[in-house]
Amino acid sequence: MSTETPLIGSYSADAAGPDLTDARVGIVTFPGSLDDRDASRAIRLAGGTAVPLWHADSKLYDVDAVIIPGGFSYGDYLRAGAISRFSPLMDKIIDAANSDAKLPVLGICNGFQVLTEAHLLPGSMIKNDHLHFVCRDQRLRVETNATDWTASFEPGAEIVVPLKNQDGQYVADEKTLDELEGEGRVVFRYVDHNPNGSRRDIAGISNAAGNVVGLMPHPEHAVEAGFGPDASAAGPVELRGGLDGLNIFTSALKKIVGSKA
Amino acid sequence: MPRIVVDVMPKPEILDPQGKAIAGALPRLGLDGFVEVRQGKRFELTIDGEATDEALAKARTAATTLLSNPVIEDVTRVEWINDAAAGDVE
Repeated sequence: MSTETPLIGSYSADAAGPDLTDARVGIVTFPGSLDDRDASRAIRLAGGTAVPLWHADSKLYDVDAVIIPGGFSYGDYLRAGAISRFSPLMDKIIDAANSDAKLPVLGICNGFQVLTEAHLLPGSMIKNDHLHFVCRDQRLRVETNATDWTASFEPGAEIVVPLKNQDGQYVADEKTLDELEGEGRVVFRYVDHNPNGSRRDIAGISNAAGNVVGLMPHPEHAVEAGFGPDASAAGPVELRGGLDGLNIFTSALKKIVGSKA
Repeated sequence: MPRIVVDVMPKPEILDPQGKAIAGALPRLGLDGFVEVRQGKRFELTIDGEATDEALAKARTAATTLLSNPVIEDVTRVEWINDAAAGDVE
């Protein structure tokens, strides 16, 4: 896009890292999406190529992965994600995610809600138990690296990324929760503080194949020095320099480039 | 024109934070004695044409696919409403 602001911290220029520009990641925009541009910047900062996708389109333009960003698609009318889930593009994404190719899909916040409404991920999100909108820097534990979006983490690694939502309380029946735990599909867990009453401190989960991941917190807001949290997992950082979210995007890009090689 | 009403309620085992907040507000108005409040949704679907069984069946499908999420909600009612009666609630 011609109006794109120049990247301030261009980590993609890191000569030591592999060239990830061949990895094309589609970022979906619904009416009411807010964080699509931030997600695109995160992909570019991680070294990949971001491809804008429009919800009413029914083509995926050969992208290698898809991010469904945060926001309030369709104003959260009916239920968060309920109307977006039936958009033409979502039909294509659901098919591609379930196909043999197992398209990597990441749903962030409202995107996570869309993925549960689309039944790509189990459970659902209801209003925060304390009823307030919450906005804070949140510590998470990465419970597994057996997903496309966490492959570059050590299991048990911690990250600090922003969390901002109203309907963030993850709920599912006990059987589903036991299955998620048993199959290692709890991907992210809230550490120190459960900010919304989510069952078993769950912040993010994956499907059985590990290509579809959804999480409530926002890794795309912790990728650029000057615009991130005031902390990383290691402790306080200066000048909003928290960059713990970047590795989530790098994980998928490396996997894509690796599979093309 | 014929109308179908669809009621959707949060499942009993799901904590209803909105209902809980309302239950907390009622005593502040002096309205005591309500031990629990649960908040659901009511949809009214208007049909252009006859009140057929087919329309009702479609409404049932709408109720379970789009209007409710089976993970957190139950469809508690799908039925025709009598317009005269519905309009007379005072």
